[in-house]
Amino acid sequence: MRASFVFSEVVTGLRRNVTMTIAMILTTAISLGMFGGGLLLVRTIDKMQASYLDDVEVTVYLTQDISANDQNCTAEPCSSIRSALENNQAVESVVFEDRNEAYERFQRIFEGQPELVELARPESLPASLHVKLFDPERSEVIVQEFGNQPGVANVDDQNKFLDRFFDLLNSGRDGTFIVAAIAALAAVLLIANTIQVSAYTRRTEVGIMRLVGATRWYTQLPFLLEAVVAGVIGAALGVVGLIGVKYIALDQIFEATGGAIPKIEMVDILFPVAPVLLGVSILISAITGYVTLRAYVRT
Amino acid sequence: MIQLESVSKAYKTSTRPALDDVSVDVDKGEFVFLIGPSGSGKSTFLRLLLREEVPSKGRVSVSNFDVAKMPRRKVPRLRQTIGCVFQDFRLLNNKTVSENVAFALEVIGKPKHTITKVVPEVLELVGLDGKADRMPHELSGGEQQRVAMARAFVNRPLVLLADEPTGNLDPDTSQDIMLLLERINRTGTTVLMATHDHSIVDSMRRRVVELDHGRVIRDDRRGVYGVGR
Repeated sequence: MRASFVFSEVVTGLRRNVTMTIAMILTTAISLGMFGGGLLLVRTIDKMQASYLDDVEVTVYLTQDISANDQNCTAEPCSSIRSALENNQAVESVVFEDRNEAYERFQRIFEGQPELVELARPESLPASLHVKLFDPERSEVIVQEFGNQPGVANVDDQNKFLDRFFDLLNSGRDGTFIVAAIAALAAVLLIANTIQVSAYTRRTEVGIMRLVGATRWYTQLPFLLEAVVAGVIGAALGVVGLIGVKYIALDQIFEATGGAIPKIEMVDILFPVAPVLLGVSILISAITGYVTLRAYVRT
Repeated sequence: MIQLESVSKAYKTSTRPALDDVSVDVDKGEFVFLIGPSGSGKSTFLRLLLREEVPSKGRVSVSNFDVAKMPRRKVPRLRQTIGCVFQDFRLLNNKTVSENVAFALEVIGKPKHTITKVVPEVLELVGLDGKADRMPHELSGGEQQRVAMARAFVNRPLVLLADEPTGNLDPDTSQDIMLLLERINRTGTTVLMATHDHSIVDSMRRRVVELDHGRVIRDDRRGVYGVGR
Protein backbone atom coordinates (compact mmCIF):
# COMPACT_ATOMS: atom_id res chain seq x y z
CA MET A 1 0.00 0.00 0.00
CA ARG A 2 1.48 3.30 -1.03
CA ALA A 3 0.33 5.96 1.40
CA SER A 4 1.39 8.84 -0.83
CA PHE A 5 -0.85 7.61 -3.64
CA VAL A 6 -3.90 7.19 -1.41
CA PHE A 7 -3.26 10.53 0.27
CA SER A 8 -2.99 12.44 -3.00
CA GLU A 9 -6.21 10.79 -4.21
CA VAL A 10 -7.97 11.94 -1.03
CA VAL A 11 -6.80 15.52 -1.45
CA THR A 12 -7.78 15.55 -5.13
CA GLY A 13 -11.19 14.14 -4.27
CA LEU A 14 -11.91 16.70 -1.57
CA ARG A 15 -10.77 19.57 -3.76
CA ARG A 16 -12.61 18.47 -6.86
CA ASN A 17 -15.86 18.48 -4.98
CA VAL A 18 -15.19 21.49 -2.83
CA THR A 19 -18.73 22.83 -2.30
CA MET A 20 -20.00 19.44 -1.21
CA THR A 21 -16.96 19.00 1.00
CA ILE A 22 -17.69 22.29 2.75
CA ALA A 23 -21.36 21.40 3.18
CA MET A 24 -20.36 18.02 4.58
CA ILE A 25 -17.88 19.56 7.02
CA LEU A 26 -20.31 22.24 8.19
CA THR A 27 -23.23 19.90 8.86
CA THR A 28 -20.89 17.53 10.64
CA ALA A 29 -19.56 20.42 12.72
CA ILE A 30 -23.05 21.64 13.61
CA SER A 31 -24.35 18.24 14.60
CA LEU A 32 -21.25 17.41 16.60
CA GLY A 33 -21.26 20.85 18.20
CA MET A 34 -24.87 20.33 19.31
CA PHE A 35 -24.04 16.87 20.54
CA GLY A 36 -21.07 18.24 22.47
CA GLY A 37 -23.30 20.98 23.90
CA GLY A 38 -25.71 18.31 25.10
CA LEU A 39 -22.85 16.42 26.74
CA LEU A 40 -21.70 19.59 28.50
CA LEU A 41 -25.24 20.21 29.70
CA VAL A 42 -25.39 16.70 31.13
CA ARG A 43 -22.18 17.41 32.98
CA THR A 44 -23.44 20.74 34.26
CA ILE A 45 -26.68 19.21 35.47
CA ASP A 46 -24.75 16.48 37.28
CA LYS A 47 -22.55 19.05 38.99
CA MET A 48 -25.55 21.14 40.01
CA GLN A 49 -27.48 18.18 41.29
CA ALA A 50 -24.56 17.11 43.42
CA SER A 51 -24.01 20.56 44.92
CA TYR A 52 -27.68 21.43 45.39
CA LEU A 53 -28.85 18.20 46.91
CA ASP A 54 -26.26 18.63 49.64
CA ASP A 55 -28.04 21.76 50.78
CA VAL A 56 -31.61 20.73 50.18
CA GLU A 57 -33.85 20.90 53.22
CA VAL A 58 -37.44 20.28 54.08
CA THR A 59 -38.82 23.09 56.15
CA VAL A 60 -41.73 22.39 58.51
CA TYR A 61 -43.41 25.74 59.22
CA LEU A 62 -45.25 25.93 62.47
CA THR A 63 -48.58 27.67 63.10
CA GLN A 64 -48.87 31.26 64.31
CA ASP A 65 -49.92 30.00 67.69
CA ILE A 66 -46.76 27.98 68.30
CA SER A 67 -44.56 30.59 66.66
CA ALA A 68 -45.83 33.19 69.12
CA ASN A 69 -45.93 31.17 72.33
CA ASP A 70 -43.37 28.39 72.19
CA GLN A 71 -40.00 30.12 71.96
CA ASN A 72 -37.83 27.01 72.26
CA CYS A 73 -40.07 24.27 70.93
CA THR A 74 -40.28 22.66 74.34
CA ALA A 75 -44.07 22.56 74.72
CA GLU A 76 -46.59 20.38 72.94
CA PRO A 77 -47.23 19.96 70.05
CA CYS A 78 -43.92 21.38 68.86
CA SER A 79 -41.74 19.14 71.02
CA SER A 80 -43.45 15.97 69.85
CA ILE A 81 -43.24 17.02 66.22
CA ARG A 82 -39.55 17.67 66.73
CA SER A 83 -38.87 14.34 68.42
CA ALA A 84 -40.95 12.49 65.83
CA LEU A 85 -38.76 14.09 63.15
CA GLU A 86 -35.57 13.31 65.02
CA ASN A 87 -36.58 9.69 65.42
CA ASN A 88 -37.47 9.33 61.76
CA GLN A 89 -35.04 6.98 59.98
CA ALA A 90 -34.73 9.23 56.96
CA VAL A 91 -33.80 12.33 58.93
CA GLU A 92 -30.20 13.36 59.46
CA SER A 93 -30.73 16.46 61.60
CA VAL A 94 -33.43 18.85 62.80
CA VAL A 95 -32.81 22.49 63.65
CA PHE A 96 -35.42 24.71 65.25
CA GLU A 97 -35.61 28.30 64.11
CA ASP A 98 -37.76 30.69 66.04
CA ARG A 99 -39.35 33.88 64.75
CA ASN A 100 -36.46 36.10 65.71
CA GLU A 101 -33.94 33.89 64.00
CA ALA A 102 -36.22 33.76 60.97
CA TYR A 103 -36.38 37.55 61.04
CA GLU A 104 -32.59 37.82 61.19
CA ARG A 105 -32.26 35.50 58.26
CA PHE A 106 -34.88 37.48 56.38
CA GLN A 107 -32.90 40.63 57.00
CA ARG A 108 -29.76 38.98 55.71
CA ILE A 109 -31.41 37.68 52.57
CA PHE A 110 -33.05 40.97 51.69
CA GLU A 111 -30.17 43.19 52.72
CA GLY A 112 -30.27 44.81 49.33
CA GLN A 113 -33.94 45.74 49.61
CA PRO A 114 -34.29 47.77 52.83
CA GLU A 115 -37.91 48.76 52.06
CA LEU A 116 -38.84 45.08 52.25
CA VAL A 117 -37.00 44.62 55.54
CA GLU A 118 -38.74 47.76 56.74
CA LEU A 119 -42.14 46.22 56.12
CA ALA A 120 -41.45 42.88 57.74
CA ARG A 121 -41.96 42.27 61.43
CA PRO A 122 -40.71 39.24 63.37
CA GLU A 123 -44.38 38.52 64.23
CA SER A 124 -45.24 38.05 60.59
CA LEU A 125 -42.70 35.25 60.17
CA PRO A 126 -43.39 31.69 61.34
CA ALA A 127 -41.05 29.57 63.42
CA SER A 128 -39.88 26.45 61.66
CA LEU A 129 -38.07 23.15 61.90
CA HIS A 130 -35.32 22.75 59.28
CA VAL A 131 -35.02 19.11 58.43
CA LYS A 132 -32.01 17.65 56.65
CA LEU A 133 -32.44 14.21 55.12
CA PHE A 134 -29.94 11.45 54.47
CA ASP A 135 -31.42 11.10 51.02
CA PRO A 136 -32.76 14.47 49.91
CA GLU A 137 -34.72 12.81 47.11
CA ARG A 138 -37.02 11.16 49.66
CA SER A 139 -38.46 14.38 51.03
CA GLU A 140 -41.94 13.24 50.02
CA VAL A 141 -42.09 11.05 53.16
CA ILE A 142 -41.77 14.05 55.46
CA VAL A 143 -44.31 16.08 53.55
CA GLN A 144 -46.83 13.26 53.79
CA GLU A 145 -46.23 12.42 57.42
CA PHE A 146 -46.09 15.92 58.89
CA GLY A 147 -48.09 18.02 56.45
CA ASN A 148 -51.39 17.55 58.30
CA GLN A 149 -50.18 17.31 61.86
CA PRO A 150 -51.68 19.76 64.30
CA GLY A 151 -49.32 22.64 64.88
CA VAL A 152 -47.88 22.46 61.38
CA ALA A 153 -48.85 25.29 59.04
CA ASN A 154 -47.27 23.82 55.96
CA VAL A 155 -44.26 21.84 54.81
CA ASP A 156 -42.00 23.39 52.21
CA ASP A 157 -40.04 20.96 50.14
CA GLN A 158 -37.12 22.63 48.30
CA ASN A 159 -36.65 19.45 46.37
CA LYS A 160 -39.96 20.08 44.58
CA PHE A 161 -38.71 23.38 43.29
CA LEU A 162 -35.37 21.85 42.31
CA ASP A 163 -37.17 19.07 40.50
CA ARG A 164 -38.99 21.60 38.35
CA PHE A 165 -35.72 23.42 37.72
CA PHE A 166 -33.89 20.23 36.75
CA ASP A 167 -36.82 19.14 34.60
CA LEU A 168 -36.33 22.33 32.65
CA LEU A 169 -32.60 21.73 32.26
CA ASN A 170 -33.17 18.11 31.34
CA SER A 171 -35.64 18.99 28.63
CA GLY A 172 -33.11 21.55 27.36
CA ARG A 173 -30.58 18.73 27.19
CA ASP A 174 -33.04 16.40 25.42
CA GLY A 175 -33.90 19.11 22.93
CA THR A 176 -30.22 19.64 22.19
CA PHE A 177 -29.72 15.94 21.58
CA ILE A 178 -32.73 15.76 19.27
CA VAL A 179 -31.50 18.67 17.16
CA ALA A 180 -28.04 17.08 17.18
CA ALA A 181 -29.52 13.80 15.95
CA ILE A 182 -31.40 15.53 13.13
CA ALA A 183 -28.27 17.41 12.09
CA ALA A 184 -26.33 14.15 12.31
CA LEU A 185 -28.82 12.53 9.94
CA ALA A 186 -28.31 15.39 7.50
CA ALA A 187 -24.55 14.98 7.86
CA VAL A 188 -24.74 11.25 7.21
CA LEU A 189 -26.86 11.76 4.08
CA LEU A 190 -24.45 14.40 2.85
CA ILE A 191 -21.49 12.11 3.42
CA ALA A 192 -23.24 9.33 1.52
CA ASN A 193 -24.09 11.67 -1.32
CA THR A 194 -20.61 13.17 -1.48
CA ILE A 195 -19.06 9.74 -1.73
CA GLN A 196 -21.42 8.80 -4.53
CA VAL A 197 -20.65 11.98 -6.45
CA SER A 198 -16.97 11.48 -5.79
CA ALA A 199 -17.11 7.89 -7.02
CA TYR A 200 -19.03 9.01 -10.09
CA THR A 201 -16.60 11.76 -11.05
CA ARG A 202 -13.77 9.30 -10.69
CA ARG A 203 -15.45 6.38 -12.41
CA THR A 204 -12.83 6.25 -15.18
CA GLU A 205 -9.99 6.02 -12.67
CA VAL A 206 -11.84 3.44 -10.62
CA GLY A 207 -12.67 1.48 -13.77
CA ILE A 208 -9.02 1.37 -14.77
CA MET A 209 -7.96 0.51 -11.25
CA ARG A 210 -10.33 -2.44 -11.19
CA LEU A 211 -9.16 -3.54 -14.60
CA VAL A 212 -5.47 -3.54 -13.81
CA GLY A 213 -6.12 -5.50 -10.63
CA ALA A 214 -6.09 -2.93 -7.86
CA THR A 215 -7.43 -4.34 -4.62
CA ARG A 216 -10.48 -2.94 -2.92
CA TRP A 217 -8.28 -1.10 -0.47
CA TYR A 218 -6.80 0.88 -3.32
CA THR A 219 -10.04 1.60 -5.09
CA GLN A 220 -12.14 2.39 -2.05
CA LEU A 221 -9.84 3.64 0.69
CA PRO A 222 -9.51 7.11 -0.89
CA PHE A 223 -13.29 7.57 -0.79
CA LEU A 224 -13.50 6.27 2.75
CA LEU A 225 -10.69 8.53 3.88
CA GLU A 226 -12.33 11.49 2.20
CA ALA A 227 -15.35 10.99 4.43
CA VAL A 228 -13.19 10.45 7.51
CA VAL A 229 -11.02 13.51 6.82
CA ALA A 230 -14.13 15.64 6.42
CA GLY A 231 -15.47 14.13 9.64
CA VAL A 232 -12.30 14.96 11.54
CA ILE A 233 -12.31 18.54 10.28
CA GLY A 234 -16.00 18.77 11.19
CA ALA A 235 -15.32 17.52 14.70
CA ALA A 236 -12.48 20.00 15.15
CA LEU A 237 -14.74 22.83 13.99
CA GLY A 238 -17.45 21.61 16.34
CA VAL A 239 -15.06 21.78 19.29
CA VAL A 240 -13.84 25.24 18.24
CA GLY A 241 -17.50 26.28 17.98
CA LEU A 242 -18.22 25.04 21.51
CA ILE A 243 -15.25 26.96 22.89
CA GLY A 244 -16.42 30.05 21.02
CA VAL A 245 -19.98 29.77 22.34
CA LYS A 246 -18.61 29.32 25.86
CA TYR A 247 -16.59 32.53 25.76
CA ILE A 248 -19.00 34.64 23.74
CA ALA A 249 -22.30 33.69 25.35
CA LEU A 250 -22.49 31.02 28.03
CA ASP A 251 -19.93 32.49 30.42
CA GLN A 252 -21.88 35.73 30.67
CA ILE A 253 -25.26 34.04 30.90
CA PHE A 254 -24.21 31.62 33.62
CA GLU A 255 -22.45 34.38 35.50
CA ALA A 256 -25.69 36.35 35.51
CA THR A 257 -27.39 33.52 37.40
CA GLY A 258 -25.08 34.36 40.29
CA GLY A 259 -23.44 30.97 40.33
CA ALA A 260 -26.72 29.07 40.33
CA ILE A 261 -25.50 27.39 37.17
CA PRO A 262 -21.80 26.52 37.39
CA LYS A 263 -19.55 27.83 34.62
CA ILE A 264 -18.53 25.42 31.88
CA GLU A 265 -14.81 24.94 32.20
CA MET A 266 -12.41 24.72 29.27
CA VAL A 267 -11.22 21.39 30.66
CA ASP A 268 -14.74 19.97 30.33
CA ILE A 269 -14.70 20.76 26.62
CA LEU A 270 -11.21 19.43 25.97
CA PHE A 271 -11.84 16.28 27.95
CA PRO A 272 -13.93 14.24 27.63
CA VAL A 273 -16.13 16.09 25.11
CA ALA A 274 -13.55 16.75 22.35
CA PRO A 275 -12.21 13.18 22.08
CA VAL A 276 -15.75 11.81 22.23
CA LEU A 277 -16.81 14.06 19.35
CA LEU A 278 -13.75 13.08 17.34
CA GLY A 279 -14.33 9.39 17.96
CA VAL A 280 -18.03 9.58 17.13
CA SER A 281 -17.27 11.54 13.97
CA ILE A 282 -14.64 9.11 12.71
CA LEU A 283 -16.85 6.14 13.49
CA ILE A 284 -19.95 7.57 11.80
CA SER A 285 -18.18 8.85 8.69
CA ALA A 286 -16.24 5.61 8.25
CA ILE A 287 -19.36 3.47 8.63
CA THR A 288 -21.37 5.72 6.31
CA GLY A 289 -18.57 5.64 3.77
CA TYR A 290 -18.20 1.90 3.96
CA VAL A 291 -21.93 1.23 3.61
CA THR A 292 -22.23 3.70 0.70
CA LEU A 293 -19.34 2.11 -1.17
CA ARG A 294 -20.79 -1.34 -0.60
CA ALA A 295 -24.17 -0.27 -1.89
CA TYR A 296 -23.24 1.95 -4.83
CA VAL A 297 -19.75 1.23 -6.06
CA ARG A 298 -18.89 -1.99 -7.87
CA THR A 299 -15.79 -3.80 -6.81
CA MET B 1 -3.62 -20.40 -21.02
CA ILE B 2 -7.30 -19.66 -21.64
CA GLN B 3 -9.94 -22.34 -21.42
CA LEU B 4 -13.68 -22.20 -21.77
CA GLU B 5 -15.49 -25.49 -21.26
CA SER B 6 -19.15 -25.62 -22.31
CA VAL B 7 -19.66 -22.07 -21.12
CA SER B 8 -23.08 -20.47 -21.29
CA LYS B 9 -24.03 -17.04 -20.15
CA ALA B 10 -27.60 -15.82 -19.94
CA TYR B 11 -28.61 -12.34 -18.88
CA LYS B 12 -31.81 -11.91 -16.95
CA THR B 13 -33.01 -9.20 -19.31
CA SER B 14 -32.62 -11.29 -22.45
CA THR B 15 -34.43 -14.40 -23.61
CA ARG B 16 -31.51 -15.59 -25.73
CA PRO B 17 -28.24 -16.53 -24.02
CA ALA B 18 -25.26 -14.25 -24.81
CA LEU B 19 -23.03 -17.30 -24.95
CA ASP B 20 -24.37 -20.76 -25.66
CA ASP B 21 -22.25 -23.81 -24.82
CA VAL B 22 -18.94 -22.30 -25.90
CA SER B 23 -15.71 -24.30 -25.65
CA VAL B 24 -12.43 -22.66 -26.67
CA ASP B 25 -8.88 -23.54 -25.73
CA VAL B 26 -6.07 -21.00 -26.26
CA ASP B 27 -2.46 -21.98 -25.69
CA LYS B 28 0.24 -19.85 -24.18
CA GLY B 29 1.69 -17.42 -26.70
CA GLU B 30 -1.12 -17.77 -29.23
CA PHE B 31 -2.61 -14.89 -31.17
CA VAL B 32 -6.36 -15.29 -31.61
CA PHE B 33 -8.95 -13.17 -33.38
CA LEU B 34 -12.43 -13.25 -31.95
CA ILE B 35 -14.83 -12.21 -34.69
CA GLY B 36 -18.54 -12.01 -35.27
CA PRO B 37 -21.28 -9.42 -35.73
CA SER B 38 -22.42 -7.11 -32.97
CA GLY B 39 -24.31 -9.02 -30.31
CA SER B 40 -22.64 -12.30 -31.18
CA GLY B 41 -21.11 -12.58 -27.70
CA LYS B 42 -17.56 -11.27 -28.18
CA SER B 43 -17.77 -8.77 -25.36
CA THR B 44 -19.35 -11.29 -23.01
CA PHE B 45 -16.50 -13.66 -23.88
CA LEU B 46 -13.91 -11.07 -22.83
CA ARG B 47 -15.84 -10.02 -19.74
CA LEU B 48 -15.97 -13.61 -18.53
CA LEU B 49 -12.19 -13.86 -18.75
CA LEU B 50 -11.84 -10.73 -16.61
CA ARG B 51 -14.47 -11.94 -14.22
CA GLU B 52 -16.58 -8.92 -14.92
CA GLU B 53 -19.25 -11.57 -15.39
CA VAL B 54 -19.71 -15.05 -14.01
CA PRO B 55 -20.87 -17.77 -16.40
CA SER B 56 -24.31 -19.30 -15.90
CA LYS B 57 -22.84 -22.70 -16.79
CA GLY B 58 -19.46 -24.17 -17.57
CA ARG B 59 -15.87 -23.55 -16.56
CA VAL B 60 -13.60 -20.62 -17.36
CA SER B 61 -9.92 -20.68 -16.58
CA VAL B 62 -7.15 -18.19 -17.27
CA SER B 63 -3.59 -19.20 -16.46
CA ASN B 64 -4.05 -21.11 -13.20
CA PHE B 65 -7.17 -19.28 -12.10
CA ASP B 66 -10.53 -21.01 -12.00
CA VAL B 67 -12.19 -17.74 -12.92
CA ALA B 68 -15.82 -18.55 -12.22
CA LYS B 69 -15.21 -20.16 -8.87
CA MET B 70 -12.49 -17.96 -7.40
CA PRO B 71 -13.37 -15.86 -4.37
CA ARG B 72 -13.89 -12.14 -4.93
CA ARG B 73 -10.81 -11.10 -3.01
CA LYS B 74 -8.60 -13.00 -5.45
CA VAL B 75 -10.02 -11.29 -8.54
CA PRO B 76 -7.40 -8.48 -8.43
CA ARG B 77 -4.66 -11.09 -8.80
CA LEU B 78 -6.37 -12.54 -11.86
CA ARG B 79 -6.67 -9.08 -13.38
CA GLN B 80 -3.01 -8.35 -12.75
CA THR B 81 -2.17 -11.18 -15.15
CA ILE B 82 -4.41 -9.75 -17.87
CA GLY B 83 -3.84 -6.55 -19.83
CA CYS B 84 -6.72 -4.78 -21.58
CA VAL B 85 -7.08 -2.34 -24.45
CA PHE B 86 -10.33 -0.91 -25.75
CA GLN B 87 -11.70 0.89 -28.76
CA ASP B 88 -12.07 4.10 -26.72
CA PHE B 89 -8.54 4.02 -25.20
CA ARG B 90 -9.78 4.92 -21.70
CA LEU B 91 -6.92 7.19 -20.78
CA LEU B 92 -6.99 9.60 -17.84
CA ASN B 93 -7.13 13.01 -19.47
CA ASN B 94 -5.67 14.86 -16.51
CA LYS B 95 -2.50 12.77 -16.46
CA THR B 96 0.46 12.79 -18.81
CA VAL B 97 1.42 9.81 -20.96
CA SER B 98 3.92 8.45 -18.46
CA GLU B 99 1.58 9.14 -15.53
CA ASN B 100 -1.14 7.19 -17.29
CA VAL B 101 1.16 4.22 -17.64
CA ALA B 102 2.56 4.60 -14.13
CA PHE B 103 -0.99 4.71 -12.72
CA ALA B 104 -1.50 1.03 -13.55
CA LEU B 105 1.51 0.15 -11.41
CA GLU B 106 0.84 2.63 -8.60
CA VAL B 107 -2.60 1.27 -7.90
CA ILE B 108 -1.34 -2.26 -7.49
CA GLY B 109 1.27 -1.07 -5.03
CA LYS B 110 4.46 -1.37 -7.09
CA PRO B 111 7.40 0.47 -5.53
CA LYS B 112 8.39 3.80 -6.98
CA HIS B 113 11.85 2.76 -8.15
CA THR B 114 10.33 -0.06 -10.19
CA ILE B 115 7.85 2.35 -11.77
CA THR B 116 10.48 4.91 -12.74
CA LYS B 117 12.50 2.16 -14.34
CA VAL B 118 9.76 0.24 -16.14
CA VAL B 119 7.60 3.04 -17.53
CA PRO B 120 10.22 4.53 -19.92
CA GLU B 121 11.08 1.02 -21.13
CA VAL B 122 7.52 0.22 -22.08
CA LEU B 123 7.03 3.66 -23.66
CA GLU B 124 10.03 2.93 -25.85
CA LEU B 125 8.59 -0.45 -26.75
CA VAL B 126 5.37 1.16 -28.03
CA GLY B 127 7.32 3.91 -29.79
CA LEU B 128 6.34 6.81 -27.57
CA ASP B 129 9.72 7.66 -26.07
CA GLY B 130 9.98 11.44 -26.20
CA LYS B 131 6.25 11.91 -25.66
CA ALA B 132 6.21 10.89 -22.00
CA ASP B 133 5.18 14.33 -20.79
CA ARG B 134 2.44 14.99 -23.34
CA MET B 135 -1.19 15.07 -22.31
CA PRO B 136 -3.55 12.59 -24.02
CA HIS B 137 -5.42 15.33 -25.90
CA GLU B 138 -2.16 16.39 -27.55
CA LEU B 139 -1.80 12.97 -29.15
CA SER B 140 -3.32 11.41 -32.26
CA GLY B 141 -5.73 8.49 -31.93
CA GLY B 142 -3.04 6.00 -32.82
CA GLU B 143 -0.68 7.46 -30.25
CA GLN B 144 -3.38 7.38 -27.60
CA GLN B 145 -3.97 3.71 -28.32
CA ARG B 146 -0.23 3.12 -27.93
CA VAL B 147 -0.40 4.72 -24.49
CA ALA B 148 -3.28 2.40 -23.63
CA MET B 149 -1.25 -0.57 -24.85
CA ALA B 150 1.76 0.55 -22.85
CA ARG B 151 -0.46 0.72 -19.80
CA ALA B 152 -1.90 -2.72 -20.49
CA PHE B 153 1.54 -4.23 -21.02
CA VAL B 154 3.59 -2.45 -18.37
CA ASN B 155 2.93 -5.09 -15.72
CA ARG B 156 3.96 -7.84 -18.17
CA PRO B 157 0.63 -9.64 -18.29
CA LEU B 158 0.35 -13.24 -19.45
CA VAL B 159 -2.69 -12.38 -21.54
CA LEU B 160 -3.57 -9.26 -23.50
CA LEU B 161 -7.24 -8.72 -24.31
CA ALA B 162 -7.96 -6.22 -27.05
CA ASP B 163 -11.58 -5.23 -27.62
CA GLU B 164 -11.75 -3.68 -31.11
CA PRO B 165 -8.51 -1.77 -30.55
CA THR B 166 -8.49 -0.46 -34.14
CA GLY B 167 -12.19 0.45 -34.19
CA ASN B 168 -11.52 4.19 -33.98
CA LEU B 169 -8.41 4.28 -36.16
CA ASP B 170 -7.71 4.69 -39.87
CA PRO B 171 -6.28 1.68 -41.79
CA ASP B 172 -2.64 2.83 -41.70
CA THR B 173 -2.71 3.54 -38.01
CA SER B 174 -4.53 0.26 -37.44
CA GLN B 175 -1.71 -1.51 -39.21
CA ASP B 176 0.80 0.09 -36.81
CA ILE B 177 -1.24 -1.01 -33.83
CA MET B 178 -1.36 -4.56 -35.21
CA LEU B 179 2.43 -4.57 -35.59
CA LEU B 180 2.67 -3.52 -31.99
CA LEU B 181 0.28 -6.29 -30.91
CA GLU B 182 2.42 -8.76 -32.83
CA ARG B 183 5.52 -7.50 -31.13
CA ILE B 184 3.84 -7.93 -27.73
CA ASN B 185 2.73 -11.41 -28.80
CA ARG B 186 6.32 -12.30 -29.69
CA THR B 187 7.36 -11.64 -26.08
CA GLY B 188 5.27 -14.69 -25.20
CA THR B 189 2.11 -12.84 -24.26
CA THR B 190 -1.10 -14.53 -25.34
CA VAL B 191 -3.18 -12.06 -27.35
CA LEU B 192 -6.93 -12.28 -27.79
CA MET B 193 -8.40 -9.61 -30.04
CA ALA B 194 -12.08 -9.02 -30.73
CA THR B 195 -12.58 -7.23 -34.05
CA HIS B 196 -14.79 -6.42 -36.99
CA ASP B 197 -11.91 -5.46 -39.22
CA HIS B 198 -11.81 -7.83 -42.24
CA SER B 199 -8.60 -6.60 -43.74
CA ILE B 200 -6.64 -6.95 -40.55
CA VAL B 201 -7.83 -10.49 -39.90
CA ASP B 202 -7.18 -11.45 -43.51
CA SER B 203 -3.67 -9.98 -43.60
CA MET B 204 -2.51 -11.45 -40.30
CA ARG B 205 -3.44 -15.06 -41.03
CA ARG B 206 -3.79 -16.06 -37.39
CA ARG B 207 -6.21 -18.26 -35.56
CA VAL B 208 -9.81 -17.08 -35.93
CA VAL B 209 -12.68 -17.95 -33.60
CA GLU B 210 -16.00 -16.80 -35.00
CA LEU B 211 -19.05 -16.33 -32.84
CA ASP B 212 -22.63 -15.99 -33.97
CA HIS B 213 -25.63 -15.77 -31.68
CA GLY B 214 -23.43 -16.87 -28.81
CA ARG B 215 -22.14 -20.01 -30.49
CA VAL B 216 -18.74 -20.82 -31.94
CA ILE B 217 -19.41 -21.37 -35.63
CA ARG B 218 -15.78 -21.52 -36.76
CA ASP B 219 -12.33 -22.05 -35.26
CA ASP B 220 -9.57 -21.88 -37.92
CA ARG B 221 -5.85 -22.25 -37.20
CA ARG B 222 -4.88 -19.73 -39.87
CA GLY B 223 -8.11 -18.09 -40.82
CA VAL B 224 -9.48 -15.15 -42.72
CA TYR B 225 -12.46 -13.00 -41.74
CA GLY B 226 -14.94 -14.90 -43.82
CA VAL B 227 -15.35 -16.35 -47.26
CA GLY B 228 -17.84 -14.51 -49.41
CA ARG B 229 -18.47 -11.74 -46.92
